[in-house]
Amino acid sequence: MQVTVLLFASYQDAAGTDNLRLDLPEGVTAAGCAETLAATFPALAARLPAGRVAVNAEFADDRTILRDGDEVAFLPPMSGG
Amino acid sequence: MAIVFLSDDPLQDVGELGARLQDPERGALVTFSGTVRGSTRGRRVTHLEYEAYRPLAEKQLRAIAEEAGERWGVTCAIAHRLGKVAVGERSITIAVASAHRAEAFEACRWLMDSLKTTVPIWKKEHFDGGAQWIEGSDTVPSPSSSTHNS
Repeated sequence: MQVTVLLFASYQDAAGTDNLRLDLPEGVTAAGCAETLAATFPALAARLPAGRVAVNAEFADDRTILRDGDEVAFLPPMSGG
Repeated sequence: MAIVFLSDDPLQDVGELGARLQDPERGALVTFSGTVRGSTRGRRVTHLEYEAYRPLAEKQLRAIAEEAGERWGVTCAIAHRLGKVAVGERSITIAVASAHRAEAFEACRWLMDSLKTTVPIWKKEHFDGGAQWIEGSDTVPSPSSSTHNS
C-alpha cells in the first residue's frame, strides 16, 4: 500500500522535500512509517522522535494503523505565535 | 462561538478583531497582539516566515478556542499570519470577551501558551546571511532559500 508523507519545517530541510509517497506493508503503524522514513533520510532519524504525527489531519500516535491512501504528516515541535 | 483563521495577508488591527465579539452581556474584552521583533537571541532579524499544516492548524485553533470557551465561559477570536512577515508586522492577534475581566485575562494567556505548543505552525527566523527554524525550544539552521510548503 502507499501513503503520502508530509514534512514540515526542519524535517523538510533534512529530507530535501516537503512531500513524498512511501510504499509500506499492510498493517503498518505510524511508528513503522517513521522507521522507513528515517532509513530513507538518515538526517531525519535523530529529529523525528521529538515531533508528533498526524494521520489525515488528526493527531495520531505511534500505534495508529495506516491505510492505503492515508496522509501522514510528521510535525516538529511547534513554534507559532 | 469562536472566530479562528489563518491569513496569508496582513492581519487587521486587534481592536477590529475584538469588535467582532461585541455582546452587551460581555463587559470585558482582552486583546493580545504579537508583532515581529527586530532582534532575537542577540541577532538582527530581517523577517520571519511562518509555515503551517493548514487543515490541522485550523482544527486545532478552533479546538483551543472552544476549550477556552468551556473552561472560562468566554468567546474568542484568533488570527494567525502565515508566509513572510516583516519586522513590525503582526503575526498573531487574539481577542477574548467575557462578562468579567479575570476570565478574559486568564483565557487569553492560556490560548497563547496552548497555541505555541499544540497548533502545527512553525516560524523560521531570517538573518543577514542565514536562517533557522524555531522548533519548541530548539533552533535548527536552515538553508535560507524559501520553503515551498504551506
